[in-house]
Amino acid sequence: MKQVFIIMGKEWRDGMRNRWVLATTALLAALALTLAFLGSAPTGAVKTGALAVTIVSLSSLTIFLIPLIALLLSYDAICGEIDRGTMALLLSYPVARWQVLLGKFFGHLAILAFATLIGYGFAGLAVQWAGADDPGAWSAFAFMIGTSALLGGVFVAIGYFISTLVRDRGTAGGVALGVWLFFVLLYDMALLGGLVADQGRNVTPAVLNALLLLNPADVYRLLNLTTSNDVSGFAGVAGLGADSGLGLWALMGALVVWMVAPLAASVVLFARRQV
Amino acid sequence: MRHEFVSQDTVVLRAVTHLYGRQLAVDAVDLNLRAGECIGLVGHNGAGKSTLIKMMLGLIRPTSGSVQVLGEDPSAGAAAAARRELGYLPENVALHPSLTGAETLAFYARLKGQPVAGNIALLDRVGIAAAAHRRVETYSKGMRQRLGLAQALLGKPRALLLDEPTTGLDPALRQSFYEIIADLRREGATILLSSHALAELEGQVDRVVVMNRGRKVADGGVAELRRLAAIQPRIRCRLVGQSRPDGWAPAPDGRLERVCDEDEVGVLLRELPESAQEIEILRPTLDELYAQFQKGAE
Repeated sequence: MKQVFIIMGKEWRDGMRNRWVLATTALLAALALTLAFLGSAPTGAVKTGALAVTIVSLSSLTIFLIPLIALLLSYDAICGEIDRGTMALLLSYPVARWQVLLGKFFGHLAILAFATLIGYGFAGLAVQWAGADDPGAWSAFAFMIGTSALLGGVFVAIGYFISTLVRDRGTAGGVALGVWLFFVLLYDMALLGGLVADQGRNVTPAVLNALLLLNPADVYRLLNLTTSNDVSGFAGVAGLGADSGLGLWALMGALVVWMVAPLAASVVLFARRQV
Repeated sequence: MRHEFVSQDTVVLRAVTHLYGRQLAVDAVDLNLRAGECIGLVGHNGAGKSTLIKMMLGLIRPTSGSVQVLGEDPSAGAAAAARRELGYLPENVALHPSLTGAETLAFYARLKGQPVAGNIALLDRVGIAAAAHRRVETYSKGMRQRLGLAQALLGKPRALLLDEPTTGLDPALRQSFYEIIADLRREGATILLSSHALAELEGQVDRVVVMNRGRKVADGGVAELRRLAAIQPRIRCRLVGQSRPDGWAPAPDGRLERVCDEDEVGVLLRELPESAQEIEILRPTLDELYAQFQKGAE
């Protein structure tokens, strides 16, 4: 376990040095602030607090941004280090390959968690200070920050899977971009198109639930837009799964599976990989 | 403490073969490296030197045969203990550019379970203590190489595997590099140096292992290799105002040259007249020996 912490610490320091932490935090804070103040402008007359509105806009932003940042952090974590030759040296030390992978994972997860916590937290506080007193939404807001970090963890794990699977960094980058497009854009478009075409004949609610669980971005959407009443009123189209009957724990479990499975697969692939 | 390992094998390879796909990188190599011994591993690029070293580190497994390093199979999980006593300098060492020299060394020392306190002395030993708190990306190639050497020296390793360690070092650094190597050898470490610059290994190594296309084609001390290669020594001298004695031929530089056996050298030198000048004994350099072994292996 000590070795895992040493590698995690090094990844964190790397992130601080090459400005990943700073850039990500600043980007998330800037976007969150923009959304918080622009997004809540039209709600002046509505009774629901501005923070709840902010949660809806922020989770939509998260679905696009966090997977992209996570994949950019992780896609060359393994194949890039093998390419550059730093991996051969590292593995000549008394450290197992799974320890290297887990250490990197926790390091990258820490970077993402820090960036979401500080970036979004800052925006949340700003909304609060601006006078929209809405204490009820704080737990939902904290929940959103936590699940955003978890979503980041899912895509970091997927990034490692890509990184251990393909030979070179260029390919890994291309595949990562494809994966991002697929989960964030294409999957939902195809799903909605399919639902419209099907007119409810074959796609029963149970099938739809299964289809939603197959995309971690959708799981995240369901978690944040439907599990809190305060928020789901604003969720609009995304309220699709509102009556899904998928409980909080089933959704959380799905996200954890989406994180652990690619990570376990990368451990297996990395163990066999020629360095 | 250390002399209990003297004359004990630290690295043992038995009929080791490695295939990359269908390509034979290492072919049935037997090799013993002993404590307190400095071995030169020479061969062209692609002769299997790096593959051999990577198998000793457990980075890759042999397709067949067995590898034992400090008493353990390096690719087994239990090899962590052995790796604490192993130092490795990869060819064209790559380090993390955004860390400083001191941080880099601290990171590797922690992984080896070594106290970080001794790192400054180590950086001083390789001559980059002044740049310890600068980022590695600002280092010159020679400085990176020295930092690479410093990490290999962490924890007083019993076996040092150095892949092309002197490429990119200027002659002065090369000199101090070989001084460090000599110190370690005196302390009983096994040192394996891979190189294709053979001339500079001369006088630094106890033994030379020559690789060609994955095969070990020669293994022995420089004198032994000379004997095996059967390249005869040549004596050259200038005789002023004398006719050419029997058996001597004119050399391209205007001197006289005689090819003889090693045990004739003394006799021939004694026979030379007192007026002989610029006397020189030419023995095959390692490069010539190497070329000879490569030819023999074709």
